[in-house]
Amino acid sequence: MTALAVRGLNKSFGGLNVTKNVNLAVEPGERRLIIGPNGAGKTTLFNLVTGELSPDRGAILLFDRDITRLPSRNRAHLGMARTYQIITLFPRDTILRNALLALLGLSPLRWNPWLPLHLQRDLLSQARAALGRVGLEHMADRPLAETSYGEKRRVEIAMALAQKPRVLLLDEPFAGLSIDERRDVRELLKAIPRDVTVVMIEHDMDTALDLADRITLLHFGEVIVEGTRAEVVADPRTREVYLGE
Amino acid sequence: MSPVSPRHIAIAIAIIALIVAPYAINQPYYVNIASQILLYAVFALGLNILVGYAGLVSLGHAGLSGVAAYGVAYLLAAGDSHIVAIVGGLAAGLFVTAGFAALSLRATGISFIMITLALGEIIWGLAYRWISITNGDNGISVSARPAPFGLPLDSANAFYDTTLVVFLLAVAACAIFVRSPFGAALTGTRDQPRRMSALGFHVWMIRFWAFMFSGLLSSVSGVLFIYYYQFISPPALALTSSAEVLLMVISGGAGTLLGPIVGASLVVIIKLVVSAYVSRWNFMLGAIFVAIVVFMPEGLVPGTVRLTRAAWREANRRSLPAQPTIDGQKS
Repeated sequence: MTALAVRGLNKSFGGLNVTKNVNLAVEPGERRLIIGPNGAGKTTLFNLVTGELSPDRGAILLFDRDITRLPSRNRAHLGMARTYQIITLFPRDTILRNALLALLGLSPLRWNPWLPLHLQRDLLSQARAALGRVGLEHMADRPLAETSYGEKRRVEIAMALAQKPRVLLLDEPFAGLSIDERRDVRELLKAIPRDVTVVMIEHDMDTALDLADRITLLHFGEVIVEGTRAEVVADPRTREVYLGE
Repeated sequence: MSPVSPRHIAIAIAIIALIVAPYAINQPYYVNIASQILLYAVFALGLNILVGYAGLVSLGHAGLSGVAAYGVAYLLAAGDSHIVAIVGGLAAGLFVTAGFAALSLRATGISFIMITLALGEIIWGLAYRWISITNGDNGISVSARPAPFGLPLDSANAFYDTTLVVFLLAVAACAIFVRSPFGAALTGTRDQPRRMSALGFHVWMIRFWAFMFSGLLSSVSGVLFIYYYQFISPPALALTSSAEVLLMVISGGAGTLLGPIVGASLVVIIKLVVSAYVSRWNFMLGAIFVAIVVFMPEGLVPGTVRLTRAAWREANRRSLPAQPTIDGQKS
């Protein structure tokens, strides 16, 4: 059984083929790194996998279940969570409420129009625990608009982890972070238990290399190289893509 | 929760003031104006659910309250009882709301505004042209107000009291709604619809039920409207009526509970009271709205809160002894 399988996936925007016949098979518990230069189609691939875009051709399977035509929300309920490269949080709310919304998304409570949300102790303690995992518990009640960029990145991760996903998709979790913040986030990601399958996009190979079991290199929408860390690093095509010879 | 906070005291004082107001005013004309403020406040609270909390600006809501008002008037004219007429009017309002929602929620932003505007105009056109039901231009008159529990609502005070009860129920319903998990989900779809889908929320369905709640409150205001004026004709459903309620929501402060109530008071008072002294009252309303947009673009209620806080901070800063400045000098 594969945790996440992508078969013959194609997507074009007008005449531009952003995803060309992409195949992926990510084993349960695996850490997969997807690398590639700007415009390689990494985020598009994520958007196809999470259902924000629908593919022209091909199939996507989550634990052998075909989810190609399933809306995003159903994929979330099947255990898929993601973070965004461009921070996509709720700026008017507190950090705690951001985490609460993540939990609410999978809770039947989300349809309830009369219970006071601030009295849902179970949900609140789960939200605080999720923030605790990324070291933000002490500032849970701070409005999101008053937090730093690095803290927002951690809120992104906390929200994804709060949903207890089986497959976690991280879109450039290190983007825009300082060296210290990168180290913190790396420790955070290393601590994710192995029952979670992690697929991570990273533009910068050096930062995320040691987190990965296997690496897929995308270039102009195609899978160029795939293999273990050593194989991909040693492959001449990797150097060609990254260094242009 | 906490025992008695200043907030609770303020709410209690406000409710008591609203109850004793007609006795203090003691003039049917002004009590009637207060009733109109309350019935428009219910309408504005309903529109605010959509505009303020869902981030969807509708310009067709007069069609929804109008359908409810016409429904009541039609059923009464057909000889039905008040209960049947009220239930039927609300049901008609909700039925049309569902249609509005199904058609307009295909879009957001400007497109949503235009679709609701078009749908509102269709309802207005029907009110004009479907003469066998609406009596066209002449409208429908309602001969008598109901008498719940044997109490006739013919006097200004009795009607005010009934409207106040409905108004308080509407405020309570909105207060509970916005604090609920569903309310949190709704503001989430306003701020980050993409993320909400990825988190597992059914964005369309959340907006649909919010639209239905908004339509329910609009329909309730339509029922109050028909019993207050005892008459309905097509202008009540026109675009200007929708725009007026939207003006109440935006001028008072969209996305707040108090804002639409303040906005409804402002617009109704200018329309009815100031117009008695200033013949160009529309100009006054426009000027006030421009002033609000310039000085408090977020609306009167949040704007006042912001300016009061700033003034408070300024006063505190001045009353404190001069702080050492950071100019390189060590003390």
